[in-house]
Amino acid sequence: MRKIMTGNEAIARGAYEAGCTVAAAYPGTPSTEILENIAQYEEIYAEWAPNEKVAVEVAAGASIAGARSLSAMKHVGLNVAADPLFTMAYEGVNGGFVIVTADDPGMHSSQNEQDNRLYAQHAKVAMIEPSDSQECKDFIKLAFEISEKFDTLVLFRITTRIAHSKSIVELGERQEVGVKEYKKDVKKYVMIPAHARVKHVEVEERLKRLQEYSNTTPLNRIEWGDTKIGIITSGVSYQYAKEVFGDNASYLKLGFTFPLPDKLIKEFASKVDKLYIIEENEPYIETFVKALGINCIGKELIPICGELNPDIIRRALLGEKERETYSVEVKVPNRPPVLCPGCPHRGIFYAMSKYKDIIATGDIGCYTLGMMPPLNVTDTVIDMGAGISAAIGFEKAAMMAKRKNKIFGIVGDSTFFHSGITGLIDAVYNNSPIVAVILDNSITAMTGHQENPGTGKTLKGDISPVIDIKGIVKACGVKEENIRVVDPYKLDETEKAVKDAYNATEPFVIITKQPCALLKDVLKKRAGRYVKVNEEKCKKCKVCLKVGCPAVAFKNSNIVIDKDMCNGCTVCLQVCPFNAIEKVGEWND
Amino acid sequence: MTKSLLFVGVGGQGIILASKILTEGLVKFGFDVKMSEVHGMAQRGGSVTTQVRFGEKVYSPLIGEGEADVIVAFEKVEAARWVKYLKKGGTLVVNDYEIYPQSVLVGQEVYPDDVIQKLKEKVENVVVFNAAEVAEKLGNIKAQNMVLLGALIKALGIENLDWESVIKENLPEKMHELNIRAIKEGMKLS
Ligand SMILES: Cc1ncc(C[n+]2csc(CCOP(=O)(O)OP(=O)(O)O)c2C)c(N)n1
Ligand code: SF4
Ligand code: SF4
Repeated sequence: MRKIMTGNEAIARGAYEAGCTVAAAYPGTPSTEILENIAQYEEIYAEWAPNEKVAVEVAAGASIAGARSLSAMKHVGLNVAADPLFTMAYEGVNGGFVIVTADDPGMHSSQNEQDNRLYAQHAKVAMIEPSDSQECKDFIKLAFEISEKFDTLVLFRITTRIAHSKSIVELGERQEVGVKEYKKDVKKYVMIPAHARVKHVEVEERLKRLQEYSNTTPLNRIEWGDTKIGIITSGVSYQYAKEVFGDNASYLKLGFTFPLPDKLIKEFASKVDKLYIIEENEPYIETFVKALGINCIGKELIPICGELNPDIIRRALLGEKERETYSVEVKVPNRPPVLCPGCPHRGIFYAMSKYKDIIATGDIGCYTLGMMPPLNVTDTVIDMGAGISAAIGFEKAAMMAKRKNKIFGIVGDSTFFHSGITGLIDAVYNNSPIVAVILDNSITAMTGHQENPGTGKTLKGDISPVIDIKGIVKACGVKEENIRVVDPYKLDETEKAVKDAYNATEPFVIITKQPCALLKDVLKKRAGRYVKVNEEKCKKCKVCLKVGCPAVAFKNSNIVIDKDMCNGCTVCLQVCPFNAIEKVGEWND
Repeated sequence: MTKSLLFVGVGGQGIILASKILTEGLVKFGFDVKMSEVHGMAQRGGSVTTQVRFGEKVYSPLIGEGEADVIVAFEKVEAARWVKYLKKGGTLVVNDYEIYPQSVLVGQEVYPDDVIQKLKEKVENVVVFNAAEVAEKLGNIKAQNMVLLGALIKALGIENLDWESVIKENLPEKMHELNIRAIKEGMKLS
């Protein structure tokens, strides 16, 4: 059967067909849909782990136990999981073990543009790169086989345009491989120095065998065309190269990209007049080719920064001009993302925005948008977890400099479970009087609404215990009198908590509790509710615009509220000094 | 010959579904198809683009500036934002509908009121209608994405294929009648 699928759907399908039985991940664009799709196969146990390190360790344990196992994450997730990655590179596998890394050239939704191909080289594990959805499916199956044959974990590297592009896939059947027998083998699975020293030697030998394989596998293939130009490429860059050069060039299309095939590259290079390396971001292939002593053209013409596309290649390598097109003289307003109407994060940011001397170390999630006007609260965003831990460093530096700012560290619920807890422990342990603000909207919203340990549901949809955030906060040693749990739709209560926090001299925690406005149950419950402006009372002071709700606009010299967008959170109503905003619709609680 | 088309608009307008129906249909009718989506983030109101390319054999899923045979803009200023991707002589289908971005809502930027006129001055083939009104007349404003899809199918010259069956295969039964009428109505508009 033929089906049009995204790369992520095809990877899930491939894992299914390969007989994968355990999969664990933490969401992250553009990788999230891999586990969401895997979860639909009954034959595979699939879970959201609290973070990527846990996910990789779950999959590693499953592999050692004998299961074909998979973990998937966005590129920065692999930084979090780097520790188990490097040691599992030594331990090898029992059941095949594949980690999918989804990189994001162009940073459509990421904080950096790291090229995770370098991780394969660094950790010394095999790497595979597909270039469309069919290859996503086929190569995942091969990845499991290679993993078992060479006793290595396999890094499966995709990018946004592979993950989120659709193309046609020929489906196959599931191959039942079962869960292999587990035999205790401490020399393999207990990485004490004595064992690791032996393993390192084995890893180097494994690399030699893998390189031989790389030279002969059909994953790396030559497509002969005109030999005046030779192109070495991999991943989606192969598609762009084909689009531009068609049959007017020859291609060495690489699907197995660590170790790179030295002999095949030499053979190919010797038969073409001019050699181009077409790859996105880092000169990964290029550096290898140059180290072989082969002349080639790569990053001197093709940019390192940003996403590649056929037009960049046309301009860089063929000197083609831009195509004729249209332009209109209209000043087009930007459309950056904003907190939704009725977003539960709005109230606390509004309350904090009133204190001009607060420093807010933020974090990653919908609430990153607390940095945007008109709220303008957030000062820093680094990585998941840093919302709390960077606050501590900020506080300590401010103390040493005798500055008086109050430091608020802001994290979401999913981020708190991911890596905020250790920061909070640090704050208590090292007595840092920061305020940790935990925005509990009962979902991992930013990545498209995934369950997490606080939502009471698993990835498979089963009911599970709700991990109590306040209980964790208390267990970390924050005193009961320094904890506030507030409803962020109630501004007075929220403002009071911010004021108490501002004046606190010990580690303090505010937990805001209100589910994301886009959750189905919330949409249903609040469907009939909205607010409107009483034009007689409205003095056009525009204070309501300061909450930054997309439903509130200043149009034709009037404040208007879009009733279809409004969810009746009443935050704007509460800030209006003239009681000019009124509730309309059905309010039954 | 590979054809390229671009759907542009704002999250929540039904672009993803319209492009899904289109690609499912194109596959069914034997084309090679590539499609690429950037759906921004989870929040409401961000811009959404979907690129679709189809033909005998398609390599790149991406469309360059001046390369799209048809652009369907679900929102007016999005048409202006993306018009540079339109090929000379290509068709621009514009929904006469506005959604204010945040900067406009708070009065920092202005929403240009003459977008359609400006587009018409430069682009030879512009098709404008209010898909929401059309859909509302058909019985449900939510079908506006299918009205726009119908106009696109006509602009591409593939209206003779069996789109009715594609709808039937990809949507729940209770949505068939409305969406089939919406596609047909859209075809009459371009
Ligand atoms: C290490 C790492 N993993 C995953 C991501 C992707 N990511 C960004 S925000 C986010 C979740 C945020 O959820 P939460 O903290 O609950 O905030 P919300 O979006 O719900 O407001 C995720 C998974 C990331 N940026 N970094
Ligand atoms: S998706 Fe939910 S959490 Fe994110 S901005 Fe919208 S309402 Fe807020
Ligand atoms: S009540 Fe006000 S702030 Fe809340 S969603 Fe409606 S318009 Fe926006």
